[in-house]
This record gives sequence, C-alpha cells and structure tokens, in this order.
Amino acid sequence: MNSENTFIIDGTPIPFEPDQTVLQAALKADVFIPHLCYYPGLRPNGNCKLCTVIINGRHASACTAFARPGIEVENNTPELNDKRRLLLQMLFVEGNHFCPGCEKSGNCQLQALAYELEMMTPHFNHFFPSRKLDTSHPDVFLDMNRCINCCLCVQASCEVDKKNIFAISGRGMAARIVVNTPSGKLGDSNFALSDKAASVCPVGAILPKRGSFSVPIGQRIYDDLPISSQTEFLATRKA
Amino acid sequence: MSLVNSSAGGVLEPILERYSRNPRHLMQILRETQERLDFIPQWAVDYLAEALALARTQVQAVIDFYAFFYGSSRGKYRILFSDNVTDRMQGNTALLARMLSKFGLAQGQVSGDGLVSIDTTSCTGMCDQGPALLVNNYPVTRLSSQRIDQICELVKSQTPLVEWPSEFFRVEDDIRLKDVLLSTEMAKGQALRRAIELGRQGMLTEMKVSNFRGRGGAGFTTGVKWEACSNAPGETRYVICNADEGEPGTFKDRVLLDSFSERVFEGMTIAGYVIGASKGLVYLRAEYRYMLEKLQATLEARRKANLLGKDILGQKDFDFDIEIHMGAGAYVCGEETALIESLEGKPGRPRIRPPFPVTHGYLGKPTVVNNVETLAKATLIAQNGGAWYRGLGTKLSTGTKLLSISGDCDRPGIYEYPFGVRISKILEDCGARNAMAVQVGGAAGTCLAQHEFGRKIAFEDVATSGALMVFGNNRDMFEVARNFMHFFKHESCGFCTPCRVGTTLMCNILDKIANGKGTAYEMNELTRLHQLLRTASHCGLGQTAGRPVYDTLQKFRPSYDRRLNQKDFEPAFDLDAALAPAREITERDDVDAHLGTHL
Repeated sequence: MNSENTFIIDGTPIPFEPDQTVLQAALKADVFIPHLCYYPGLRPNGNCKLCTVIINGRHASACTAFARPGIEVENNTPELNDKRRLLLQMLFVEGNHFCPGCEKSGNCQLQALAYELEMMTPHFNHFFPSRKLDTSHPDVFLDMNRCINCCLCVQASCEVDKKNIFAISGRGMAARIVVNTPSGKLGDSNFALSDKAASVCPVGAILPKRGSFSVPIGQRIYDDLPISSQTEFLATRKA
Repeated sequence: MSLVNSSAGGVLEPILERYSRNPRHLMQILRETQERLDFIPQWAVDYLAEALALARTQVQAVIDFYAFFYGSSRGKYRILFSDNVTDRMQGNTALLARMLSKFGLAQGQVSGDGLVSIDTTSCTGMCDQGPALLVNNYPVTRLSSQRIDQICELVKSQTPLVEWPSEFFRVEDDIRLKDVLLSTEMAKGQALRRAIELGRQGMLTEMKVSNFRGRGGAGFTTGVKWEACSNAPGETRYVICNADEGEPGTFKDRVLLDSFSERVFEGMTIAGYVIGASKGLVYLRAEYRYMLEKLQATLEARRKANLLGKDILGQKDFDFDIEIHMGAGAYVCGEETALIESLEGKPGRPRIRPPFPVTHGYLGKPTVVNNVETLAKATLIAQNGGAWYRGLGTKLSTGTKLLSISGDCDRPGIYEYPFGVRISKILEDCGARNAMAVQVGGAAGTCLAQHEFGRKIAFEDVATSGALMVFGNNRDMFEVARNFMHFFKHESCGFCTPCRVGTTLMCNILDKIANGKGTAYEMNELTRLHQLLRTASHCGLGQTAGRPVYDTLQKFRPSYDRRLNQKDFEPAFDLDAALAPAREITERDDVDAHLGTHL
C-alpha cells in the first residue's frame, strides 16, 4: 500500500480506487461510517448528513466527498457521533416512528443506527405530523409516517427501474415523497414488488404486503450483529 | 377571457409557444399561467406536463417548491405583507391585523367569495420605505392605516390593479451617499468599447489587477472566477447575473436594476466577452416583478444599439444576448447552484459541490455566476482600469461597497462607501442616534453590539453582502433573532436533515422562550443546534441559519434571560395547550376549561 492510493481515517490507512468516495472506500476497508441515504450503485445524494466527517479540518459528507491521496478523515469521534445522534433524534421526532409495532424493526437502518449511536431518547418534542398511508397497491404499503426523505426510492425508480414513479415535492418541513400518478396513489402506477425501488428503503416506508413477520423479530439483519459490524453487507448490496 | 369559456389550450398554448415548449422555461410558463388564471389548476398541470414531456410530479414539484406559485386558488387579490424585522419595527403587525379584520379573515385564509387572501412573506426588499406588501406580486410601499383602508376598498370594489393610485406602487431609490459607482457617468456602451479595446486577455488582466472581489457575500475574486470559467473545457459558456436579492434587509440590487441597469447589462456583456459566452441570464427575484417590462425594454434598446446580439460593436464573432428569468419566491435560490437548478426549470435545491459552476454550471456548461453589484462594477474597472480600482478601499477589499441601510435611523437608503469604513461612521451618516445593535449582512450576517461599532466593513473584518439593519436601544434583540429564525425555517429547502428539522426545532425553542416557558436548559440547546447546523448543513442557508440566535445569545443575553423561567427545566409539552382541540370541540374556553388554574 503506498500513499498514492491511500488516505487516513482516524489514523488508519485506507486504500481506495479512482472515483471512489470516502464512504465507499471506508466500507470496502471494513471501516463503518453511519449513513442512511447512500446505497451502492445509486448516485450519492448527500441529504441525511449522518455520514458527516471532518476531512482535513473541514466538515463534509463522506458519501459525496471523493477519496484523495493523503487526506485525513476524522470519523469515529465523540464530537461527530454526538452530532449524528442529534441528526437521528431529528429524524425520529420529525416523522412517526414507533419501533415496537413496526414490521421493519430489526431490518431498519434508522433503528440500527439509533442503537449503534446509543440514542436513548428522542430528546426533542415529537412533531406528530399527519401523514398518509397508501394501501392502494396490491403488493406494497406506502407508509409516509416512516419516511425520512432519503430519496433512495426516487433514485432507484429513476436510475435503475427507469420508471420514475417517485419524486420529492414541497419545501422545508413540507418536503415529501410523492407518487407520479394523477391520483397520487401508488396503485395507479406500474410499480412492482420486484422493482429496485421496493427494496432500497432504509426505513419502513415501503413495505411488502403479506409475509409480514415471516422472519421473526430477533432473527433480522441488525438483530444479530450491530450495523457497524456489517460493512460488507452495506458495501455490497446491489442497486 | 374567463376561465369558464376558455379551453385549456386557449390559455396555455400561446404561453407554451412563447417559450418554444422548452421545459427549461417551466418557471416562466408557470408564472405566466398564474398571471392569467390567478393560480395553477390541476388541469393546467396535466396539460403542461404533457406539452413539455415532463412527469406530472416534476411540474407539481416546482409549484410546491416556490412560495409564489399556487396550486389552488388564493383569491383574485393575493396580498402578502413583507415580514422582515424592519417591517415589524415599522408596524406591519398592526396593519396586517387591521386588514384581516376589515375582511373578517384569518391570516392565510381565502375569503369565501374567492376575492382575497392575506398572508405574510419574507422580506420584499423595501426596508427603506416599508412597511410594504405585495399584491399579486406588485409592491405597495409606505403602508399606513389610511393606505390599508384604501386598499381594502379597492379590493372590495374589485378595482383592477392598473387602476389603483400609482403612488401606491412608487418605489424610491433613496440614494443617500454616492461614491465612484453611483457618481461616475457612463455613456451606453462606453465600458464595453473600452473592454473590446483592451481585448479579452487585457480586460481579464484589468479585473485581476483590480483584485476585485464578488459582492454577493462570499467574496471570491471575480477575475479568478472569470479566468477559471474561460479555461474550463467546453464550447458553450454562460454568464448569470444573480439578482435574487433575498437576504432580509438588502435592497441595493433593486436600486442598481431600477436605475443603473445599463451598467448591469453592460457588465454582463463584458463578462460574456471575456469568458467567451454568447448567452447571459438574469435571475430576477419574484418580488422585483414590477421591473420586468422596463428591463426588457432596456435590453431591446441595447439590441438596437448593437450592444447585444450579433457581432456586437462590429466585433466579428462576438455574439451575446441576455434573457431575464423570474424567480418565484425562494431565498435559497440566491445560492448559486440552487439558482442554476431554478433556471433549468426545477426546484431550487442546491447541488453537491464540487463540481463548481465555473466548470459545471447551467445545463452542465462552464458558467460564471455574479452578483448584480459585481457586474455593475466590472464596467467601472473597464472604464478606469484595474490599478485605479485597486487604489480604492483596503488592500484586501478593494473598491467600494453599496450598503442597504434600514431600521432605526433618520435616513434609510443606499450608501456607497469605500471598503474599510467604520460602523460608527455609517451610523453617524444615516442618523442612527440610539443604536444598540446593527445586523450586518442580513439575517445570515453578523450581529454587532455597541462595543464593536469601531469595526470596519471589509472582507477581512465585517464581511457583508450589503445589508445593514440598525436597532435602537428600545428594541428587543430576542425578537429580532426569532424573526430571522422563522425566516430561515420558512426558506429551508428541506433537502438535508439538519436544516430541514433544525430550523424548525430552533423556532420551537424560541417560541417556547417567548411564551415564558424557557429555562437555562434551552440556551444550551440553541447553541448545540446552531453548531450542528453550521457544520453539517448542505449549503450556506443552513450553515448560517443559527447565527443570529448565536450572536444575540452571546451579545444580548439579558433579552433572553428576562424571559426565562427560573426552573432548571420546563417540559416543552404543554398539557393545557394539548387540550385546545377538546376545548374547540366542546366550544368552551372558560377558566375551568384550562388546566393552569387548577395546577
């Protein structure tokens, strides 16, 4: 390993390939950086900000910053993890996330990160927004209560499925995912359970109908090992 | 033509034709549609989506993003009170209440007959002659109780806007102090001729010699930006004039565009000449809609004078023309990549940077984005040379700066100073006798207390995009910060978590303090949230949103402390407030229906 193709994260040399982002190189090298809106194979989006790191003294998103030779990245520090915890708390109070009754529990990246970063309470007052549940599709529930505006479904539907079914609309707190049909209902679209967009949701906003709890709680992706120990899975999921 | 007897195509086809059915012009198409129909009905969304080969949601997303596009009827008369802190200081709250009561409406409500709606909007750039409002996007300045009553009568009698007294719409320049830019004469085409004499490289050298830095706020050296853009690979390049002057308290670009537009357009043409662009775009904020026809007439006259168009001033292969694009009410579009997105007909969400616009800008091509004042001053450098310009101001901040001064002073308006001027001198000149604080650079700027009035306006000391709001010693700096925070919450694009949720959380905390429920605990929360927003937000909006709160916490802590509850902690959850829906249902609001009296 030479300095031409390595950089440093928290003192550890990390090899990288051309055009890799800091996050991609880190995951490949088994170094965990918390993230929600990044999915391998989809264009980095940079909206959740969980992967905020300090690169050569400046804050940046690891998912959009390209790896460069010799850069020094601070990642797993109490200061940054405190900020990430605060971001998680923001996401929890902004939506309606009730883990105990959620079918995504154990497979949910938001929940897994909250455990990982030891988020003990939501800290802030819940906003309790009134959001819609769309049951119009035969195979999929669209439950906006759990949506965190990560836009992965928008991207997967556009970049992989070539269907352009989802979009983000509105501004500020009113920003939300919408469905590209005259009725706004998913059931009126050509969305299919086999679409990539159906499987990239990091939370439980897009859930398959039937088969719920067929994998019992306790045997799910993040039940067994904490998310920080699953870098290989996170890096090799394919969009 | 009324909506009832006009087919969809009858209204929309001429608009679509005017914009060559180019989806890039979606914003302009929607604006003209709304100007015809008062709002953008669903059938128009469907029709436009099909005609422009866009997804429905792409059209809907644009309508939903911009504050001045309406997907449902907001009435025939849409009245928006400017709600900058300066408007508040000039008494807009009482005037708003007066108008609401005249119509028996709640804020934001549309009257039952579909005649009128009344709401607030972010700073409209009339701080020197406020309080102000917009009616169907046209500004009415110098509001008084009497003027409000007159407006109510005109609305009730359904008098068309063109028949309203023209003095309502009078916008003064209020130029109080002139330096080189505002006092130097420029014959039309003079600066451009000189630039052509110098040649592309020569003009660029003058820009670099001048060490002139951009006036939009970031202070990037303009010559270096132009050079980077002209060196970027690609055939097509663009010049963009950022006239989305949304920073609360700023109105100097309004004056430049209204009375010095020849300079602005000539500056754009010079920039186009230097970087080899053949097209310039002005992104004009929606609040300045009233200037559009006048600016277009100026452009037309320049075309006739061969200062725009083909082979400008006889220079073979020097083709350049300018288009004006209207914004639609989004502060975030002042951020250059959000502005470019908006110009491309999309919601104004800032892009990931790098790449920067000088290499990947408008339509992915190398683009120079400059502020109005920057471009106007480029003409001055062409006229008098870089070395001359460098002699003005300070070593690191050459030249002059236009300041928009408002608030508690006798002579609000436009002041042009050489960089390096002290705050105390400015306050003396504008007649601010009892200043306790000044907010320099708008809501996203710096709040200075009395002991800092010796500081200087310069990139190396107090940097500013041009706003200076004065607060007298009777003002409440907590309320100033709260007003700014609500502004940022309203303007956050919602893209990234810290800004989207953080601005709301900070507003909630400030509201809690305002309601007498705040404790020392909240002070730490505000600081912690500010630190997160500053470091983790995607763009400058979020990064600076917490600043006014942070600054006033440091410098005007008593204005917070006197509101605080002396307990260590007070829950934000208010049980009594939570019972409000129950009171509403039972139609009771007596003492016994409240918890506070029993606890």
